[in-house]
Amino acid sequence: MRPLWFLLQKEFRQIFRDKGFIGRLFIAPAIQLILLPMAANFTIKNINIAIVDHDHSTVSQELADKIKSSGYFKLTGYTDFNSKADKLIENDKADIVLEIPDGFAQDLIKEGSKKVAIEVNAINGVKASVGFGYLSGIMTDYNNQIRMEMVEPTPLPAQPDIEVVPSFWYNPTLTYYIFMVPAILVSLVTGIAGLSAAFNIVKEKEIGTIEQINVTPIKKWQFILGKLLPFVVMGAVVFSFGLLIAFVGYGIAPIGNLITMYTFLLVFLFAILGFGLLISTYTETQQQANSLMFLFMMVFNMMSGLYTPIDSMPQWAKIITHLFPVSYFIDVMRMVVIKGSGFADIRFHILYVFIIGLVLNTWAILNYRKTT
Amino acid sequence: MNAIELKNITKTYNKGKVLAVDDVSFSIAEGEMFGLIGPDGAGKSSIFRMLTTLLIPDKGTATVGGYDIVKDFKAIRGILGYMPGRFSLYQDLTVEENLSFFATVFETSIEENYNLIKDIYVQLEPFKDRRAGKLSGGMKQKLALCCALIHKPKVLFLDEPTTGVDVVSRKEFWEMLKRLKAQGITILVSTSYMDEATLCDRIGLILGGKLLSIASPEDTVKAYPEKLYAVKAPAMYKLLNDLRSHDCTMNCYTFGEYLHLSTECGEEEIREFLAESGHTDLEFKPVTPTVEDCFIRLLKVQSDGNGNKSK
Repeated sequence: MRPLWFLLQKEFRQIFRDKGFIGRLFIAPAIQLILLPMAANFTIKNINIAIVDHDHSTVSQELADKIKSSGYFKLTGYTDFNSKADKLIENDKADIVLEIPDGFAQDLIKEGSKKVAIEVNAINGVKASVGFGYLSGIMTDYNNQIRMEMVEPTPLPAQPDIEVVPSFWYNPTLTYYIFMVPAILVSLVTGIAGLSAAFNIVKEKEIGTIEQINVTPIKKWQFILGKLLPFVVMGAVVFSFGLLIAFVGYGIAPIGNLITMYTFLLVFLFAILGFGLLISTYTETQQQANSLMFLFMMVFNMMSGLYTPIDSMPQWAKIITHLFPVSYFIDVMRMVVIKGSGFADIRFHILYVFIIGLVLNTWAILNYRKTT
Repeated sequence: MNAIELKNITKTYNKGKVLAVDDVSFSIAEGEMFGLIGPDGAGKSSIFRMLTTLLIPDKGTATVGGYDIVKDFKAIRGILGYMPGRFSLYQDLTVEENLSFFATVFETSIEENYNLIKDIYVQLEPFKDRRAGKLSGGMKQKLALCCALIHKPKVLFLDEPTTGVDVVSRKEFWEMLKRLKAQGITILVSTSYMDEATLCDRIGLILGGKLLSIASPEDTVKAYPEKLYAVKAPAMYKLLNDLRSHDCTMNCYTFGEYLHLSTECGEEEIREFLAESGHTDLEFKPVTPTVEDCFIRLLKVQSDGNGNKSK
């Protein structure tokens, strides 16, 4: 055991000497957790709208005002020529064009209904669908309003009306950062722990120090543990610091138990450090490890449910995400932080990630033996 | 008992495509300083890496300090000191931190074996708080040697320890090796500097993975079979071509400012031939062969033996 102790001493000495690493340890979480949730917000504002008004009535004016005052839209064109509005879409000046037909107000009152046309620029899919959603909402709202005003009130409703009153559990206001911050924290821990561990081991190969270590009586398991344990500590430090930022910056206090979270963190670190170790056995230089890790981090970030829900992915993609420890951790974090899940709820998550960790570590150690 | 013994060691890379070490056998006595001499790519480092238990040979057996390099690799790691050709200490740790790290992993301390490294370490001591990466080339070598010695190894492996080190530091380094040898440490050293070869007790000339000869530097030189002359004339290039075209010439090559000529004919005959060829101001004198001459001769014999006979 004593050599392990000396190895750990050496590792920590090297880690603390690397000013850049300590900086990354605290600056990266700060930047990612403060900037990202604010910038990457699905509550889309400033949707550019152009209105083609063939009617020029008080009703159409009123509708336009209602859209403007909703706060989501920015009126970038108000015209009565379709061609002008189309130009605005082509020039990227308008995301949505609302066309109010001639005789809109009259027909609405006389016939009780009138069709309007909505054209959406779908280059940015998210903006298009969200904008369309908002606009439809406003239209429905306005529809009800004029029905109240213009149509003679009848003692009984003319037709049965279904009113939907949504209630969003666990996140009543659908606040974006409440479910983004815990997930970004996972991405951070993955980056700091997994990446750095892989780089650290490959660095010993690249500089040649591993040769010098290999001719000493240090055993392989001591060397590996000596490399991985510091990053368990670093991972926990980043995680705790991130939780602190989430609390101070966003007022997110985990509803669930901290012990549950840290237990899962340990299992997760076991798996992700195994992954880092595996990468390091397949690469010879930090450059190679970097490009390989970049590829995996990219896939982890895109496919682990960080930005897009796993449930909406095709079947083959779902199967792949089940192989990533990252997707389990993101799930667990959201469950524990937002919903307050306990051990019983995440027991299968723990089991799966532990199995993944076991496979990755065994694979890495077998491969490590083979190459030296 | 021999400190190091190799029997029919063979090592290939790329699944047998590259033959690095070809059926090499030799032994080194305890307390001996043995030099492996050969050009880059001759297989020196492969032999070192096998003896230091970093590589497993394809065929053959070897022992270090009586321990088998495959079966007893753990025991060997306790008694060997290894200094790889490339500087491979922690560049971000200081001189003292590197040294004490390697001491502690061998469960010893700097103080315990200080007498062994004292001569070398006194030169390093003024820089002991400097990071290893910031040392000069010669200082790095000294630190690497200290780290390889700190646990008082029985056998010391030095793989091209003086490559890229200035002449003065090289000389100093060999002085240090002599002192270590005097303390009974067996030393296996490889180099591509022929002048360093003469400082060893015995040298093995290695080329293309094959050990061509093993003898003391004196015997290696004595075993040179032909007569060797140093020749110099104003028209050096013509001289080289003329000598190479002569039937008696075994080999002729530039050596410093002279040409070295090994020949089967007598001195007079060559002088006559050169005078006929129009060379004047000729300098022509017999010389004692150096290790380098022996090495060049072996190279020549080997390439001729392979069927590419050329003059």
